[in-house]
Amino acid sequence: MERLDRRVRSASYRSHINLAPSPWRTRFVPYASILLASLIPGLVIADVMPLVPPLGYLVLLGWRLVRPGLLPLWVGAPLGAFDDLVSGQPFGSAIMLWSLTLIAIELIEARFPWRGFWHDWFTASLMAGAYWLLSVLVAGASLTPQMLMVALPQALLSIMLYPILARMVARLDRFRLARSRRIG
Amino acid sequence: MAPPSSRRSGFSKKAQYSLFTSYLLAGLGALLGFALLILSLWQPAAFAPLRGVAGDAGVPVGEAAAITRTGSQGLFSGITGYIRAGSQNAALREEISHARIKVAEADAVLAENRRLKALLDLRDGPVKPVAIARIVGSSAASVRRIAFIGVGTRNGVRPGMPVVSDQGVLGRVLETGMFSARVLLLTDSESVLPVRRAKDDVVAFAEGRGDGLLRIRLVNLGINPLELGDVLVTSGAGGYYRPGVAVAIITKLTPDGAIGRLVAEPSATNFVMVEPIHQAAAVEALAGDGIATLPARSAPAQPPEPRATGATPPASPANGGLQR
Repeated sequence: MERLDRRVRSASYRSHINLAPSPWRTRFVPYASILLASLIPGLVIADVMPLVPPLGYLVLLGWRLVRPGLLPLWVGAPLGAFDDLVSGQPFGSAIMLWSLTLIAIELIEARFPWRGFWHDWFTASLMAGAYWLLSVLVAGASLTPQMLMVALPQALLSIMLYPILARMVARLDRFRLARSRRIG
Repeated sequence: MAPPSSRRSGFSKKAQYSLFTSYLLAGLGALLGFALLILSLWQPAAFAPLRGVAGDAGVPVGEAAAITRTGSQGLFSGITGYIRAGSQNAALREEISHARIKVAEADAVLAENRRLKALLDLRDGPVKPVAIARIVGSSAASVRRIAFIGVGTRNGVRPGMPVVSDQGVLGRVLETGMFSARVLLLTDSESVLPVRRAKDDVVAFAEGRGDGLLRIRLVNLGINPLELGDVLVTSGAGGYYRPGVAVAIITKLTPDGAIGRLVAEPSATNFVMVEPIHQAAAVEALAGDGIATLPARSAPAQPPEPRATGATPPASPANGGLQR
């Protein structure tokens, strides 16, 4: 029960006294949303330059920062493997970078246990910026200065997108813990 | 928000061990990722079957998304068309009367062309495409430029086959799944394509820059003969592409060549054709280890091409008659 939101526990019981959160939803919504977000950039548009930020990674950051302790520390490897299969990056880049991200956030969290929105955004910006640079470097393409210039908006976009994604993750979290299962 | 208390191990041996194990697993995951990354940079085709399976699974969603995408584009153009209907109508009437004359002229040229080819005893029948497919998406988040199409080995698509739209060349099939394939677009910085100027025989290489433009590098160095607005077509060298398909329009001149814009923009393309490899026998003979393990750099080796792999003659025998 300690994983359930406090707000959900203290909600009015009058209307749904025999309802409880669905265990399936509780478990699978985070993973499903991250996998879906990994798929989206490939489906949006077939363009000549990289425009869409790495949504799968940003949603992972969102879940990790908005709801600490929910994702296990090792989850970067399997989720990253899926992202590598659909993103066009060489296989292994997201496995490595997502795992390193989760470890880094864990270390940051040990040092600053109490964090606010701005602190989270700052952390997410650092992570997204580093992720953008490293994934350009390991993409396996011969690096041209034009390529970096063209990919720069992608980095800015992924930094600016964090607040919106954090709100979306919070919404998804409410959906995850919604009382939908009837007991008895 | 503060991390939940379950992350603080305290004196509990069990909690300490589980915390340690999670760190260990995450570290191992990162190391595994590093090893796989090195492997896939060293052998890009190593994980092709896995990616094929993922691509096959993603194709139905991609098809639906592509249909919605083109549908919404049609909606907007429909609205603008309604607003500008009157003036457009007049302009179109004028255009069609000009176009009728042009078509008649083109018919005459076509007939003459056929007659001259018959004189030369040169048979260049129409190429039957292997498959026609929708572009279901691309690697929009990565700096690699790879598009996904909804046909695969079941439809006869093999790695190396050229992918063209009705406007021009888009790229080449890189990996195939059962019902999906990955296409290396021309603008990827690993893509090199031998081209020539449409009106004469200035030969060059069109290299992707990774930013949506092509870098045109001339084979014969000297005075740069290229001009703004020149159209470049495939030369047929290397044997993958049939000669004479439009590739790029030159938009800027540089000391050693030019910068070109793609004729066939992938974002403006709905359907593409996968064509058979133009000179499959020659390509196979030259590739040595077969075309399945396609080198990332696809250009034929020529003196000014330091990064090219594989030895390929500058022109395949078939297009000799067309070029000279």
